[in-house]
Amino acid sequence: MLMPEPDRATIARRDEIVAALRVIVPDGVIDRAEGMRVYESDGLTAYRQLPLVVVLPGTTQQVADVLRWCGRNGVKVVPRGAGTSLSGGALPLADGVLLGMARFNRVLEIDADNRCAVVQPGVTNLGISQAVAHLGFYYAPDPSSQIACTIGGNVAENSGGVHCLKYGLTTNNVLGVEMVTIDGEVVRLGGRHLDSAGYDLLGIVVGSEGLLGVVTEVTVRILPKPSTARAVLIGFPTSEAAGDCVAAIIAAGIIPGGMEMMDRLAIHAAEDFVHAGYPRDVEALLIVELDGPAAEVDHLIERVAEIARERGSVTLRVSESEAERLAFWAGRKAAFPAVGRISPDYYCMDGTIPRHRLPLVLSRMREMEAQYGLRVANVFHAGDGNLHPLILYDANRPGELERAEAFGSDILRLCVEVGGVLTGEHGVGVEKRDLMGTMFDENDLAHQQRLKCAFDPDGLLNPGKVFPTLHRCAELGRLHVSGGKLPFPDLPRF
Amino acid sequence: MLLRPEDPARLAEMVAGALADGTPLELVGGGTKRGLGRPMQAAATLDLSGLAGIQLYEPAELVMAAGAGTPLAAIEAELAANGQMLAFEPPDYGPLYGGPAGRQTIGGVFATNLAGPRRIKAGAARDHFLGTGAVSGRGEAFKAGGRVVKNVTGYDLCKLLAGSHGTLAVLHSVTFKVLPAPEKARTVLVFGLDPATAAAAMAAALGSPHEVASAAHLPPGIAARSAVDFVRGAGAAVTAVRVEGPGPSVAVRCTALRELLGAHGAVEELHSSRSARFWAEVRDVAGLLPDPATALWRLSVAPMDGHRVAAEVGRALPAELLFDWAGGLVWLAVPAEGDAGAAIVRGAVAGVGGHATLVRAPEALRAAVPPFQPQAPGVAALSARVKAGFDPRGILNPGRMAPDL
Ligand SMILES: Cc1cc2nc3c(=O)[nH]c(=O)nc-3n(C[C@H](O)[C@H](O)[C@H](O)COP(=O)(O)OP(=O)(O)OC[C@H]3O[C@@H](n4cnc5c(N)ncnc54)[C@H](O)[C@@H]3O)c2cc1C
Repeated sequence: MLMPEPDRATIARRDEIVAALRVIVPDGVIDRAEGMRVYESDGLTAYRQLPLVVVLPGTTQQVADVLRWCGRNGVKVVPRGAGTSLSGGALPLADGVLLGMARFNRVLEIDADNRCAVVQPGVTNLGISQAVAHLGFYYAPDPSSQIACTIGGNVAENSGGVHCLKYGLTTNNVLGVEMVTIDGEVVRLGGRHLDSAGYDLLGIVVGSEGLLGVVTEVTVRILPKPSTARAVLIGFPTSEAAGDCVAAIIAAGIIPGGMEMMDRLAIHAAEDFVHAGYPRDVEALLIVELDGPAAEVDHLIERVAEIARERGSVTLRVSESEAERLAFWAGRKAAFPAVGRISPDYYCMDGTIPRHRLPLVLSRMREMEAQYGLRVANVFHAGDGNLHPLILYDANRPGELERAEAFGSDILRLCVEVGGVLTGEHGVGVEKRDLMGTMFDENDLAHQQRLKCAFDPDGLLNPGKVFPTLHRCAELGRLHVSGGKLPFPDLPRF
Repeated sequence: MLLRPEDPARLAEMVAGALADGTPLELVGGGTKRGLGRPMQAAATLDLSGLAGIQLYEPAELVMAAGAGTPLAAIEAELAANGQMLAFEPPDYGPLYGGPAGRQTIGGVFATNLAGPRRIKAGAARDHFLGTGAVSGRGEAFKAGGRVVKNVTGYDLCKLLAGSHGTLAVLHSVTFKVLPAPEKARTVLVFGLDPATAAAAMAAALGSPHEVASAAHLPPGIAARSAVDFVRGAGAAVTAVRVEGPGPSVAVRCTALRELLGAHGAVEELHSSRSARFWAEVRDVAGLLPDPATALWRLSVAPMDGHRVAAEVGRALPAELLFDWAGGLVWLAVPAEGDAGAAIVRGAVAGVGGHATLVRAPEALRAAVPPFQPQAPGVAALSARVKAGFDPRGILNPGRMAPDL
């Protein structure tokens, strides 16, 4: 993946830039290589780059001043939360300021009656749930990285989690943000109320991967904790049978709290790592979680078990205690690191497909394994069709990273080919940037970029991410009007 | 002039033609909500009813795609036949504007991003809008999103288009998420609460783990207009809390909620068909605030602020009102005179945060009073630039949302 050629003139101005940032954030500028090293990469560790300088503002005013200065001086800015992005969204630029939001780590207000919490963007995802737990509430989207990742990063990536099937993604659970644009303007989008009075700018800021502005405050919806949650662990002799079972559960009108699938390699890796009690002699494992009042959970568990048996399940266990439920999840939630133990490196993909195409996609992936000579472990948000194939490779073997990347690109192209998309929750970042053309044509991308132009006409925020080629806004704004085709009366404009 | 495209290619040609001639277009699906927004001067009507038909429906994948001009009634009938629904409960404002019921199209539903009482649990139209094919005011066809629920590939343009009231692009097809209809629904009623106590009671219900799907409060005079006997005959204010799900679960949760809410007043329960009728009238409003001569405001504020705002407005204006969304959605019917109470209503909303839409008022009033809440300058500037990017010559529903949008 190629990043835009760094601008030498900017690099030559480094001392001036560092000095200007020090005036704005006296105690929060890191300009020595040793200090900047921790920021050189995010969760997509194959890519590394030291930033020009790191700045760690602590107030919205400082963020505004930094952005205004950078905007006026044509200096690029890369926002960063915890740096767990798996798509290189927070990858620094050699000629760009890395703006870390770690100091924004306070929960500002918990408003139980209005069922929302106001937090700073550097608060971790889990931190929100912990802050509201004593009131019986939680924050629903739960990425597996939730101990580390920040709500600001979640907003930027529109992150999901295993409970998104029933409770939605970040975008469905954020009520408002305060955001600073590259010209240093502080805007508030949304609030504690629902829906937007004008254009739903909040809706596009969520998932905008740090390209539209820096989020400095987030208001999230919190939900009462379900009184009961139980998980069912169901083993199948084939992935097809497991896929059928998922479809049948949904067709029966049941939307479980979570519905996850793992293949044999992932099951074994997870079991070896956390001893969750997973069966080893099955090809596919489903974890189906039902939550709600005990009466509902018991009722639905019966029905799910019945459906599973009809679809040829070979093992079935229902969690009988909270500890057991958590154990069922522990394996799934640790699936990435577990796979990390059986291979020197792994590359995590994130395509979404229409669920019924799963058998086809899995069999094509098996062919690709042979073709590329690399193995794949599959974990799968089965309920919503979001695949996480983990490609195992060894970066120390020459050519293997490139092969893994080519394999990954083929998987994503396949996802698009069967009616799905390139990324379900990890974002485009640098990783999938050059694949955007498989899903969108020039016009589609131009319309997306016009949004970017409305917020950041000089393209200073997080350039090199998301868009394969960033056209100049002036060029995108040009109208190509061909002669009038309809006999319209020439009306006065108003 | 009337333009009625029958396929997306023809639509793109027509918009490109209008662009070349600088001809403003009024976009019309079923025409049920033409009274919503600022009055416009358009030289031509772009009638989208020809772009109709369900294009894809896979119940097990929880997805449907349809031409934007497809009547909502056809979609809901098809979904119902498969035990599914649009969970955001699109309201039908036809009768509110003096028109017939059941005429709206799915494109109009997404373009206005309206949602019914289940909004607080299931989200609005925007939350179910997965993908679209559209033609922008640049006369260019583009697509956005996809057909799967989990998709973060590029900007979420569907969110932008939902609620843009046809001012950015003409939708010709829409892909959306559908959900299983609940097996059972019941409503717990509590009688005789004042709005403040009702807000507290609804907050308690929604803060409980009993998965409340909707909560509304009708003052006595409004409740007396209900088509549902238990509500009409209450002779008191009615606070209602809806519970949905599998039979055994609904029964248990209703019992728990009756206990929880019983502390506030006498309780009653509505079962299936009465419950459905009740929430339909809360959703569509016209039956509960029936005087067509009044101006209607729709306020979205934090749930606990609803009664405060209503009280403030009520002190200054003769207003009839009702609360949905656990108090966060306030409907006000006021005399359609002067500024229709805009200064008072918007002043009250400004004090707490939120927005107020003048949903219905005579044309002259909607020309003088901005029907959509004016935005803060920074947001307004961003919105104007978005409009310039998508519809640089202002040919799509020009001025409908604001003078420059
Ligand atoms: C082991 C592991 C498991 C994971 N599991 C999941 C999962 O289950 N579901 C899921 O969706 N993701 C998952 N992820 C991906 C990742 O955790 C999420 O994308 C997360 O939201 C990133 O948050 P962050 O704070 O680390 O952001 P970063 O990685 O620091 O940044 C991500 C993007 O957000 C931007 N950004 C950060 N903060 C701000 C801000 N305040 N304003 C504007 N832009 C900002 C950055 O510029 C960047 O583009 C996983 C990652 C790992 C390593």
